[in-house]
Amino acid sequence: MNADTLSRNLGLLTPEIILAGGAMALLMLGVFMKEERAGRLVYFLTIALLVVSAVAALFWTAGEGQAFNGAFILDSLSKFSKVAISLVAAVALIMALPYLESEKLLKIEYPILALLAVTGMMMMVSANDLVAMYMGIELQSLALYVLAAFNRDSLRASEAGLKYFVLGALSSGLLLYGSSLVYGFTGSTGFNEIAIALQDGPNVGLVFGLVFVICGLAFKVSAAPFHMWTPDVYEGAPTPVTAFFATAPKFAAIILLGRVLMEPFGGIVDQWQDIVWMLAFLSMGVGAFGALTQTNIKRLLAYSSIGNMGYALVAVAAASQTGLWALLVFMVLYMIGVIGSFGAVLSMRTREGMVENIDDLAGLAQRNPGLGWSITALMFSIGGLPFMVGFFGKFFVIFAAVESGLIWLAIAAVLFSVVSAAYYLRVVKVVWFDTSEIEFVPTAMSIYWVTRMAGLATVLLLPVLGWLVFRAYSVGLATL
Amino acid sequence: MFAEIPYFLTILTFTPTVGALIIALFRFTMRKDDLPKFDGNARMVAFWTTIVTFGLGVLMMIEFDPSIAGFQMVHEVTWLEQIGLGYRMGVDGISVLFVLLTVFLMPICILASGAIKTRVADYMIAFLLLETLMIGVFTALDLVLFYIFFEGGLIPMFIIIGVWGGQNRIYAAFKFFLYTLFGSVLMLVAMIYMFLQAGTTDITVLLETDFAQTAQIWMWLAFFTSFAVKMPMWPVHTWLPDAHVQAPTAGSVILAGVLLKMGGYGFLRFSLPMFPHASDLFAPLVFALSIIAIIVTSLIAFRQEDIKKLIAYSSVAHMGFVTMGLFTMNEYGVQGAIFQMISHGVISGALFLCVGVIYDRMHTREISFYGGLVHRMPVYAALFALFAMANVGLPGTSGFVGEIMTMVGAWQAGWWIATGAAVGVILSAMYMLTVYRNVVFGEMSNPKLETISDVDMREFALLGILAVATLVLGISSTLITDVTAASVDNLISNYDAAIAATAE
Repeated sequence: MNADTLSRNLGLLTPEIILAGGAMALLMLGVFMKEERAGRLVYFLTIALLVVSAVAALFWTAGEGQAFNGAFILDSLSKFSKVAISLVAAVALIMALPYLESEKLLKIEYPILALLAVTGMMMMVSANDLVAMYMGIELQSLALYVLAAFNRDSLRASEAGLKYFVLGALSSGLLLYGSSLVYGFTGSTGFNEIAIALQDGPNVGLVFGLVFVICGLAFKVSAAPFHMWTPDVYEGAPTPVTAFFATAPKFAAIILLGRVLMEPFGGIVDQWQDIVWMLAFLSMGVGAFGALTQTNIKRLLAYSSIGNMGYALVAVAAASQTGLWALLVFMVLYMIGVIGSFGAVLSMRTREGMVENIDDLAGLAQRNPGLGWSITALMFSIGGLPFMVGFFGKFFVIFAAVESGLIWLAIAAVLFSVVSAAYYLRVVKVVWFDTSEIEFVPTAMSIYWVTRMAGLATVLLLPVLGWLVFRAYSVGLATL
Repeated sequence: MFAEIPYFLTILTFTPTVGALIIALFRFTMRKDDLPKFDGNARMVAFWTTIVTFGLGVLMMIEFDPSIAGFQMVHEVTWLEQIGLGYRMGVDGISVLFVLLTVFLMPICILASGAIKTRVADYMIAFLLLETLMIGVFTALDLVLFYIFFEGGLIPMFIIIGVWGGQNRIYAAFKFFLYTLFGSVLMLVAMIYMFLQAGTTDITVLLETDFAQTAQIWMWLAFFTSFAVKMPMWPVHTWLPDAHVQAPTAGSVILAGVLLKMGGYGFLRFSLPMFPHASDLFAPLVFALSIIAIIVTSLIAFRQEDIKKLIAYSSVAHMGFVTMGLFTMNEYGVQGAIFQMISHGVISGALFLCVGVIYDRMHTREISFYGGLVHRMPVYAALFALFAMANVGLPGTSGFVGEIMTMVGAWQAGWWIATGAAVGVILSAMYMLTVYRNVVFGEMSNPKLETISDVDMREFALLGILAVATLVLGISSTLITDVTAASVDNLISNYDAAIAATAE
């Protein structure tokens, strides 16, 4: 590899280099500075780095193409994903700061681990090789395991971290085993070569390996029946960490799953489509029925995320250009709803400390109308009810399913959405119909604005939705 | 001249939203302690917004040319055009009257909300948003846009029932929301299928698209589920009595006056013109359900002890006339069905207001609680009598015209249908006259009623306007039929042509 190719290859990796290099530099900075001063400085620099990497992903990277002999790919799909991941991670970090400070958790490791996790996610959405894919996933996961247990004095957080680690390691094992089978039967780990090898049609060993790969990735997106860790980890981990878990890693994992299935394995779609729609069906069902009896808002949001990942998998199961852009639109709109909802959870602080029960929201529409209205809009948006933007996410997903002939799956999806509407409505009911004497203490500026903005966005994005859909649409056309 | 105003229908549709935003702005910037002082202002803003919207609605009627069968005042804004979705608005002879009905009932609802004392600003915001969503249903010329308005209305109505409703409001709100949502989601899948078949969601294009016959059957069923629940038709009407009884008075007026009409409008706009083959096939089913609805719910109404519940069941029965008239697919039937919907919007709204008048005074809706009101409330008794008679279908009131026209239409489709409906008319006289006698006539045996006062100026004005509307429509029925004639003729001739083409 000569110097020209090397510099071109590295040029394609600009956002990753910014993040990885930045993480190292910030680590040094944090180690050599006094801790009380370093905390905030490193934190703000991390947020700045994420924004810079989003800008870099959008404007600076020289063209598109593959790097390092096809192990790494930069196309419009990965660019779109990188911008979305960086921005949502930045928002999640902005929201986390007041919480970390008040809970005495602000250490330099927090932003740096988040930064490393985002670097891993960027690798995931750009992976064009099984090894690169595994590297990205592990970098992301290892950072996330630590983040889940970041509040090490809390028993529940440690339990969540351990649970996440054990099950995550298991899923990585499955993924690796599947990858080795795929490698064994195609003779290559590169996606390009796998696609070529598959032109002769599938063989049993390869499909066997693919099943393991799908299972491993299904763990990462918390699709049923691999969802068991989600409610416990969501509940146990510190709330800002949960907010982070529910957005960027989910986005990266579902995009990766979509790319793996639609690009290298796109030729044998009839082999994996049944598996994926089954996962989608189960996830939607588990999400819809599991959430009905929850009393903890974080567990409710965990089941909601399982259900919504089911809808994302419906788009993957569609296995078409429409499916891909519908997936992007859906995920972006869903992340807006989720980040706002967790902002609302972070606002649930009384004089005694944080509260997490749905009933603690009682009468919020009256005693704190801004928050109450935002939660209402966000719940309707995540639930996919018109006239919130979330409706369009689900609409396009179902559109993609019908287009690909998965009409039964589409019907199941809309019926499950009615069931899940029941628990979103329950939150709205508590906010609007019930009364309570509990007063929340005023929230920090950052959380306040993230929640309000996300709440407003569920309606105000409607007129400009065309722009988002058009971006996703062109990504879909360019990728498949 | 007004039609030249660009985006006239969009302005009409979103004027209430502007009003809601103004109230919301003050509601959020005001200190919590000052909020009660703002209540009166919120009422005024809401009232004048609805009046302005009504004015715009009247302008629309003046500008509307009834001789044109197609859509008028159409405009389009690029929105999601890459994939075929669009923001398109327009009205024709079928939808224009529903818009007018909506904007006519809204100021009345705002004025009738005097009994609402808590969270007035929120209440007004919810009502104004609901008005936008209701007008949007009738002006949308795009399938997905229609769906958004159609389903979006559930959200403010859920809040209205749940926050300002009666004892059992939470159950009623959930039942209302989930029942109607369940009905509608299958329609969404059918809409997507239509979108894929036609490549666009433009309703004007879809009206001219021929869908394959088997596909028509499935799509008709999906749409039917949605509209039948919304209508509501027997046996999926059970959400309506709960919602009506628990909703505040103005909520009931809007529910009966406008929301129920969306189902009938949906049949006219989608099921009949787009799936003529399936409509023809399923017409006997609709007739059977309509007759059952008319007779069974009339009998149920007779047994009710709660006045609001009685009127709710009577609404189901009257909607039976509408579905019956629509699927006869002849001029009398369809025109009569539209007439019946408009007239029922006025009459049932007035009846709920009548119940509201005594409920505000006595806080009960038990029929047995009342009796002999005529001694203390003569004006009220007279107005209530008029609306009760209109509900029965007495000649001279608008209720008569709708029922007779749908029955003439039904006779042409089959004598047994009209006979069944006629039985319903007799039954409606039975329950309506009974309740009227029990509430208004007789001795005043309940001592609590001694102090009840007659209608005040505001109530008199509201009921008076509705009384005038009932009589005017009853005497001069061509006011409505002239507007709808061209569009209905066009609808029927297209339908007949499509049926003839299938028969060959």
